[in-house]
Amino acid sequence: MKYLSNVTTLKFFTDKCTGCWRCIEVCPHRVFVMNGKKATINDIDMCMECGACMMNCAFGAISVDAGVGCASAIINGMLTGTEPSCDCTGNESKNSCC
Amino acid sequence: MEEPTVKKRVRIGDIRKQTSCCGPKRDTEQKPLFYQEPTPTSCCESPEIKSETDISGFVLPVIQTVSTDWSFEDYLGQFRCRTSSYRNSYIVNPGLYAIGNPDTNSDVFISANYKLSFDILRRSLKGMNAWILVLDTNGINVWCAAGKRTFGTEELIRRISEVHLDKVVRHRRVIVPQLGAPGIAAHLVVKKSGFRVYYGPVDARDLPAYIAAGYKATDEMRTVRFTWLDRLVLTPMEINPVMKKFQLYALIVLIVFGIQPYGIIFRDALVGGWPFIFLGLISVLAGAFLTPLLLPFVPFRAFAIKGWIVGFISVFFIQDMIRITDKSLLIFTYLFFPLLSSYIALQFTGSTAFTGMSGVKKELRYALPVYKAAAAISFLLLLIYRVGQWGLL
Repeated sequence: MKYLSNVTTLKFFTDKCTGCWRCIEVCPHRVFVMNGKKATINDIDMCMECGACMMNCAFGAISVDAGVGCASAIINGMLTGTEPSCDCTGNESKNSCC
Repeated sequence: MEEPTVKKRVRIGDIRKQTSCCGPKRDTEQKPLFYQEPTPTSCCESPEIKSETDISGFVLPVIQTVSTDWSFEDYLGQFRCRTSSYRNSYIVNPGLYAIGNPDTNSDVFISANYKLSFDILRRSLKGMNAWILVLDTNGINVWCAAGKRTFGTEELIRRISEVHLDKVVRHRRVIVPQLGAPGIAAHLVVKKSGFRVYYGPVDARDLPAYIAAGYKATDEMRTVRFTWLDRLVLTPMEINPVMKKFQLYALIVLIVFGIQPYGIIFRDALVGGWPFIFLGLISVLAGAFLTPLLLPFVPFRAFAIKGWIVGFISVFFIQDMIRITDKSLLIFTYLFFPLLSSYIALQFTGSTAFTGMSGVKKELRYALPVYKAAAAISFLLLLIYRVGQWGLL
């Protein structure tokens, strides 16, 4: 299953990549593949902006505007003027989404 | 090899005698090796959570050996979590747990303190001797907590030092679920705690194969799947929150159809209103059940469009059965209900494992104005219908 094309904020800076394989390991959608001694983006539209690759890249070769892809979280954020948050805080009175 | 196991058993007894939940005055010299500081969530400061841990049977903040089998209560708990807000308070105490008879060479698996996450992990470790280190994620599962960084680098480092993991095991590796990676910076964990993060497979069921392969996961194990069964188990919690608001909708429908210039007539409310309450229910099912279940087979990638298509087809069939004759009511039916289904289907983006924030924002940019306009026009159409019935036009 694929979501919308050409929307992800994922950016990869080849010059900073050391070929450590971490991004390939953590991505749950196989966005990255090895190309010789460095990683490269294979299928960018599979990216769901979870941020695992950026978080685990020790060399700053990946940037992505990570966040929850959840409509009610984003609507919540719009209403309160804050970052999207789905209230998954364990608070019983709130409607939690994930 | 045996020594730590023996130590563990002796010390559990000691701890039970010495400590209560709120932490009595402890002599640091007497502090047992495996004593774990009570955290705010596992302590008396939060009586609500404490009672939940009583239900789960994990009260003592010490190393406790847990079974790899599920009891009837575990199955019941899973069912309640999948269908109600019970999941918001289904927790285990953070800390270290033992599976089988682990020793200093046994693997350490990291988990969240949502009890269902913990249960699925321990069930997958059948026949193994291992440690489970549960992080405090406010009772949220690994994936969602990682997105919020509560399943995070800081918490992992803190827990490792708090349970003295460096003394519990001789090796320096912790196995973190792959879907926890958005919260964990592996390179920082090794720098600050000395423990190297090994990312396990996406699905805990693949753990035995991952271990057998020498801590290597295949591409398949590293890829998140979203099968029809995965989607089906999510649907009750899509329907449930919507149904809570449905009473209000039903009430409005009954008022709109029952209201007369001289009061509310119940017969009119029921006779005129029931088709629209029924159509409302059908739209909820279309958006919260049918669309998620048929997700890959409904054309277009935007969830709002998928939900509209399924909603439109459902409404078409129902309308064919109940035959709405009034023109403004017919327009209202085809305008309002498919868009209601669309809106509800859009909420499912929060439950999938492949929708990203930028995509959802893009959908909302287009869809929200449409929903707002449609809601206003729908209200006008109902008004026109009612006023026309009263013979005022």
